[in-house]
Amino acid sequence: MSETDIGLWGVPLAIIAGAIRVSTPFIFVSLGEAITERSGRINLGLEGTLVFGAMTAYAVAVLTGSPWLGVLAAMGAGAVFGLIHGFICRFPRVNDIAIGIAMMQFGLGFAFFLGKPFIQPSAPKLPSIPLGNWSSYPQVQAALNINVLFFVGFLLALFLYWAFRNTRPGLILRVVGDSTDAARAMGINPDRVRLLATALGGALAAVGGAYLSLYYPGSWNEGISSGQGLMAVALVIFARWNPINCFLAALLFGGTGALGPALQSVGVTQGYYLFYAAPYVLTLAILIATSSPHRALSGAPGELSLTK
Amino acid sequence: MTVEANNPALLAGSGGAASFRPALEWLARRAEPVVIGLAAIVTGLALFSIFILAIGKSPLALFQIMYTGGFGSWFSIQNSLSRAAPLLLTALCVALPARLGLVIIGGEGALVLGGVAAAAIATPLTGLLPPYPTLVAMALASMVVGGVWIGAVGFLRHYRGVNETISSLLLSYIAIALMNQLVEGPLRDPASLNKPSTLPLPPEYMIGAIPGMDVHWGLVIAIIACILSYVLIEATRFGFAARMAGGNVRAAQIQGLPVGRLIVGFTAIAGSFAGLAGMLEVAAVQGSANASLAAGYGYTGILVAFLARHNPLAIIPIAILLGGLEASGGLIQRRMGLPDATVVALQGTLFIVILFCETFYGRFKVFNPDVWKGTRA
Repeated sequence: MSETDIGLWGVPLAIIAGAIRVSTPFIFVSLGEAITERSGRINLGLEGTLVFGAMTAYAVAVLTGSPWLGVLAAMGAGAVFGLIHGFICRFPRVNDIAIGIAMMQFGLGFAFFLGKPFIQPSAPKLPSIPLGNWSSYPQVQAALNINVLFFVGFLLALFLYWAFRNTRPGLILRVVGDSTDAARAMGINPDRVRLLATALGGALAAVGGAYLSLYYPGSWNEGISSGQGLMAVALVIFARWNPINCFLAALLFGGTGALGPALQSVGVTQGYYLFYAAPYVLTLAILIATSSPHRALSGAPGELSLTK
Repeated sequence: MTVEANNPALLAGSGGAASFRPALEWLARRAEPVVIGLAAIVTGLALFSIFILAIGKSPLALFQIMYTGGFGSWFSIQNSLSRAAPLLLTALCVALPARLGLVIIGGEGALVLGGVAAAAIATPLTGLLPPYPTLVAMALASMVVGGVWIGAVGFLRHYRGVNETISSLLLSYIAIALMNQLVEGPLRDPASLNKPSTLPLPPEYMIGAIPGMDVHWGLVIAIIACILSYVLIEATRFGFAARMAGGNVRAAQIQGLPVGRLIVGFTAIAGSFAGLAGMLEVAAVQGSANASLAAGYGYTGILVAFLARHNPLAIIPIAILLGGLEASGGLIQRRMGLPDATVVALQGTLFIVILFCETFYGRFKVFNPDVWKGTRA
């Protein structure tokens, strides 16, 4: 045994490190989806937006040499995806869930199409902050080497929590989400609010994608996402549309997702693939435990087709 | 629109025209989805053409290659038909619950587990039973597993209020993880080194080709499943009750319809079709269950079902069309130097435009049968 071997302590450490590293895309996508769903609409197409954002960020970072320009470009692309979804869904008889599935395919298709030339070149990575330098263990140092976007996501969650309650746009968003009629009576144009909320949600989802391609795992290929964009929709329900809960839920997801690799690193290889499914099982279990056929989910926006 | 040009009042004026009216009513009712659907496809192709032009390629050449790759030769037609078989079944997995108002997108999971179940039951049976009973047992096993998998989604929806779209999706991920675990672990063929698989099915147990074609019998089975589903929805009491519950759950409950049993029943039937698709992939294509089962048939099936507006008979031509489109991916790559994702991008574009065009239903008077009855006020 070498002196840097920390034995079984590696498991909780790997889970914490994994939670932080894996959760960041979940944080952004779920916060974006929370904004969209608070306006009474659901965008199931964030998986496509996320992957397209990952591709855009990577391509722009390769071409310009700046990862932050990549993130910015991804936000722009994500907002456009949101605008398309928001625009189409304002028409009668159009099902927002179905359009979301179509947008997913659209985003994946175009991301793979346009991203083909960028699979080979390598892009500059997003910077991270080494918070673990106090420790002499390289494992601890690695675990606490935390990306800037994680902190941005944390602050964004706090800000959104405050903004939903205390700002005019936040209140307008919630009125539209709870009752289209009430919003109309107040002179608010619900379609416009939903359009902007979906665009904002798309922009944030694309940041989640940019994190995937520019930091962890930090490359662009067709298998970049393991369904983070789709999981975020479930995660928002689990978080009861509360931004701070979204942040915590994302951490929980990241941690359960890191369980398999963490156990494998100390020699527990039984059921590796089952541990891979842990976040999905956890989400499903929580959904089953908290749903009820007789009432809408507590905290659910009244106009949300998902919970009607 | 051109209502005025075909004003029924003019037809009514001439004596013999009255006999045309039922035909015109029938035509008006049937024409709406066809005309709007075709207009949507043309619009989608036009939008995609703009994109192809923008990157400096010829859309006409692309569409020609798509046709050649999908339906241009006997070889490519057979290839397209082979790809259509699983799409037909996974599309049914979306279309049947959709008639009850449920959006289920987890057919991929049922397909994968159906394939694993079929392979698992085949391993002990191949030594004991001749091919036909073994294949029947495999089909039953896959249908039971698929049915339970998606039936659980329906059960959770009705009895626990869990959103079916999300739960079916989560179950899909769980199914793929289960498959990986089983194929890597207890069901693994020790001889499969690079690509963990179950024990291969002996050649004489494989489902053969339709005589005169290089297409396996799965296509016929899938088409029969579509026809049976159509009959189930349109011509049985069970189907009528389901359509009623899909229109208005409250009204159906007040009428005393067993909504819960309908939902669980329909989702279970839907899942059993997706499971069967997995068995066909194992018994007619792959020869064993492995990660290739999760090839995305479940997701393309969603597209097929929505394009067919959840009509099981309309699924047949659309699945064949999309099978052809997917089959042409390789040729597009080789001949035009475009990425193989071209097909996915085009599918996404068409999907969005076609769903958008849902908004035009009921907006054009030409398609209103009442206009042709001459009873218009």
